[in-house]
Amino acid sequence: MKNVEFRTASSVQGGLIVMGGVTGVAAGSRVQLKDHAGRLRNGLVIRSADDAVLVEVFEGTDDLDLERTWVRFLDEPFKLPVSRDILGRVFNGAGLPRDGRPPIISADRRDVNGEPLNPAARAYPREFIQTGISAIDGMNSLTRGQKLPVFSGGGLPHNRVAAQIVRQAKLLGEESSEFVVVFAAFGASNADARFFQESFEESGVLNKVVMFLNLADEPVIERLLTPRAALTAAEYLAFDLDYHVLVVMTDMTAYAEALREVAVLRGDVPARKGYPGYLYSDLAEIYERAGRIKNRRGSITMIPVLSMPSDDITHPIPDLTGYITEGQIVLGRELANQGVYPPVTVLPSLSRLMKDGIGKNFTREDHPHVASQLFASYAKALEVRGLAAIIGAEELSDADRRYLQFAEAFERRFIGQGEDEDRSVYETLNLAWDLLSMLPPEALIRVSEEELAKYHKWQAMAEAA
Amino acid sequence: MGKILEINGPLVKLELPETVLGEQVRVGAIGLVGEVIGRDGDTALAQLYEDTAGLKPGEVAEGLGWPLSVELGPGLLNAIFDGVQRPLNAVWEKSGDRIARGVAVPSLPRDQRWHFVPDPERRAGAPVAGGDVLGTVRETESIQHRILVPPLTHGELLELAPEGDYTVEESIGRVKMADGRIDKLRLFHRWPVRVPRPFRRRDHAVKPLITGQRILDTFYPLLKGGKAAIPGPFGAGKTMLQQQIARWCNAEIVIYVGCGERGNELTDVLEFMPELVDPHTGRPLMERTLLVANTSNMPVVAREASVYVGITLAEYFRDQGYDVVMVADSTSRWAEALREVAGRLGQMPVEEGYPAYLGSRLAAFYERAGRVETLSGGHGSVTLIGAVSPPGGDFSEPVTSHTKEIIQTFWALSKELADARHYPAVDWLESFSGYVPSAAKWWAENVDPGWEAARGEALDLLAASEELQRIVNLVGVEALSSEQRWTLEAAGLLKEGLLQQAATDEIDSFASPEKQYALLAALLEIYRQGMKLVKLGAPARRLIQMPLLAQARRWKSQHKSEELALLKEKIARIPADFAQIALDYEQSGHTA
Ligand SMILES: Nc1ncnc2c1ncn2[C@@H]1O[C@H](COP(=O)(O)OP(=O)(O)OP(=O)(O)O)[C@@H](O)[C@H]1O
Ligand SMILES: [Mg+2]
Repeated sequence: MKNVEFRTASSVQGGLIVMGGVTGVAAGSRVQLKDHAGRLRNGLVIRSADDAVLVEVFEGTDDLDLERTWVRFLDEPFKLPVSRDILGRVFNGAGLPRDGRPPIISADRRDVNGEPLNPAARAYPREFIQTGISAIDGMNSLTRGQKLPVFSGGGLPHNRVAAQIVRQAKLLGEESSEFVVVFAAFGASNADARFFQESFEESGVLNKVVMFLNLADEPVIERLLTPRAALTAAEYLAFDLDYHVLVVMTDMTAYAEALREVAVLRGDVPARKGYPGYLYSDLAEIYERAGRIKNRRGSITMIPVLSMPSDDITHPIPDLTGYITEGQIVLGRELANQGVYPPVTVLPSLSRLMKDGIGKNFTREDHPHVASQLFASYAKALEVRGLAAIIGAEELSDADRRYLQFAEAFERRFIGQGEDEDRSVYETLNLAWDLLSMLPPEALIRVSEEELAKYHKWQAMAEAA
Repeated sequence: MGKILEINGPLVKLELPETVLGEQVRVGAIGLVGEVIGRDGDTALAQLYEDTAGLKPGEVAEGLGWPLSVELGPGLLNAIFDGVQRPLNAVWEKSGDRIARGVAVPSLPRDQRWHFVPDPERRAGAPVAGGDVLGTVRETESIQHRILVPPLTHGELLELAPEGDYTVEESIGRVKMADGRIDKLRLFHRWPVRVPRPFRRRDHAVKPLITGQRILDTFYPLLKGGKAAIPGPFGAGKTMLQQQIARWCNAEIVIYVGCGERGNELTDVLEFMPELVDPHTGRPLMERTLLVANTSNMPVVAREASVYVGITLAEYFRDQGYDVVMVADSTSRWAEALREVAGRLGQMPVEEGYPAYLGSRLAAFYERAGRVETLSGGHGSVTLIGAVSPPGGDFSEPVTSHTKEIIQTFWALSKELADARHYPAVDWLESFSGYVPSAAKWWAENVDPGWEAARGEALDLLAASEELQRIVNLVGVEALSSEQRWTLEAAGLLKEGLLQQAATDEIDSFASPEKQYALLAALLEIYRQGMKLVKLGAPARRLIQMPLLAQARRWKSQHKSEELALLKEKIARIPADFAQIALDYEQSGHTA
């Protein structure tokens, strides 16, 4: 079947063609088309019966002349050849080289769809990764094997934040990063792709990076393959070669939009905002490929970047992502406008795996309480700030005024930091105590009395004043 | 034998004349299993529990002759199954880290021997009926597995095996049925998951399920045999709350169904449960727990089945006379799976793509909860707690709104509370429980007669403070009277000192009913004492500075449930603290 070409397409409509007269075609099989001009296109069997096989064509069907279109069924799903040589290479969304170098030749070719990991085989992620960013390490910390997306919006510095994480991420006690990076961009602009390439170059890690690029002007359907190809490479690096892999994917919104486009063509019933009901499961197939496996050394830690349409966190894409990932780092326009970098809005941000990766045996014993206290005090401070906006700061009580100052300092000094500033988690925690010391000990219920005695400097500050 | 005509996603059209709706089929060279969901002449439409990639028209298909069923017998506890009851540990051994397709492993181990002790009351020649206990197998240290006559078997017990070690498949007895047929009895039997298991009659639920979580037990109680829902946006704490319940509740069996959620959450349960000790039996919690897992990356069709597998397992332990709790995380993923199937069958969507029968399916599912008199005359219960994941956190969406009408206890999680890290983020204004009168009786008899009144007082205080907060947000706190300021302060004390309860706090993760009531009564006492002074004219400003208020906020994390004596001493000293203030205030001639 692989070597037979058919010219039996009977109809064509918006990216799909129907083939007659072919029997025994495998569902999900890859298809190669040769059009009238001799150009090759890729496709996928999405429905198979002996009288009609429905094929989705990645590069589109707009100018297809069915009389002169030859179709080959490759009898296998999309596969990615893997070997050690993928490190340092740049591929397109379908896994073909786009760096001008020869294709990867390997007998080991893997189905890009992967197979679901058995939950009994998973190992729970517990190792704290220090990113050097206080808002993350102190309050929303990342662990090895976690999937923690960055929720952002147009014009916000998500790329810079992601690049900073890639540059600085390391385990405690490690001199430098021992991660390899898989970077996937879909629907990205050339400028975005170049930004990351240069950032990897500058930090001298280019030979530890694999890139999969599907740019904004490239086929939409290929966008659906890009994260799958990238994660197939990541799984190989992590679980065959024992690497700790950091996967950065941008932008999940472009991915979901591509999925919607294809769903409309297929005539699938839409659920919310025109997105198909299976968007959740489809995203989960991607995100759940992060993790650790028992008895395996490597790991996949995932940082997907997504822009929230109209900054709306309840939009289906961030919403469904939040329902699947293990937390989210939310960037906010308000902080960004005030010149705070990285503009991490901490209250809606969350790391679900943090509680198991910090504290006594991982970072420092006071870490869980300090994080909780920062959240509580900052939430209270924002309430006070809201009040001050109505009744004027002069009308506030002394206690409330302290909260106002705390909010200010917290945003400038704790959240805000330099793009090259790599704070250790101890620096982060000490800084947190400096700020908490602006508030009286009675107001700090989430830290223990012992911790207050050890770290809180209220008394000292009061005396100095 | 039939054959495949067409493959369309998880749906296959088969030429297979003799099958009926709901029947299991095996399809293709690799033997994928699925169920018939539609019929048309000689063709059957089936949905497969696994990915159909690679299947070809023309490959074989066969009907298996039975509907989706579970195996019920020793070997269930401690285990983790997938959505169609494949044992994931055995699958792991057989197919490696990733779940290969078409792996067939029996649900219960076939080679393990169990020590069966026949019930001494059972005599050959006597009649037996479905649900009767034939004997027991001590499956784990804490749980006796009672071996039941399958529900539909009635007749004369011809023979019952002596005490000894048997595999689940070996015969342990024979029954002569009314029609003369002879049925073999084994340690296990099968039951179709979509059919509720029979019982004699429904009983009233009477006892509260104690979860150790104050906002649940004290404010919005659930009864053993009751139905509850936990709706909330992502990250609000549905899973944590369900895990807390699975850990601490005073049920005898816990069934944890991970339906379309994260793999790591199940790993988490698998890792912590064996290490935690059941406060009620002193044994590792895993001994009473079993997991059903269809994670979000596993095939959607099996997701629809997984909640039925879970509830059938729950009913089976109920029929043995146990109090069972099933938590389902999340019922929304199940409803979405239902929606996908409906969509593929071309059924008319009515709201947000959901079929018209969403509400009735949900109701029928929750109806399987309850406290019953079992076929053998004992009592057992299934308590059902479903998480709901509304898109965008909007509770007016179909799954949340239908569920709200079905359940009795509603634990509404709020994004605002979660954002401020007020955990559990159960909203005290939005939540409700229809079980308060029954629970009140139990609290009055077992803990304190003042429970119902104290609960009401606390809820009133919280509601009043909400009003006051609105005023403050408009015009500032100075606009409030002293009484109002004190009300606000006392509500804050209740929120931090009582409602907030971190799952991660070793001491406070579980609070016994006694501790719950002691704290509630203590904080209300502070409120009342203060109010008395304020009414006498003492300024709230003065009271708010009392060190007692900061101290009382820490009590929950300082006193274990087993060691309440010290806490009670502190409580006894509350009036003295206020008396001191009253004295100072008097002496200073009302000018303070
Ligand atoms: N009772 C609690 N005590 C301490 N922390 C909590 C509690 N409840 C929730 N949290 C915190 O909130 C995080 C999110 O909770 P959880 O995973 O239960 O949310 P969820 O509602 O199940 O979200 P999703 O719908 O996305 O699954 C937890 O990882 C934990 O950090
Ligand atoms: Mg959850």
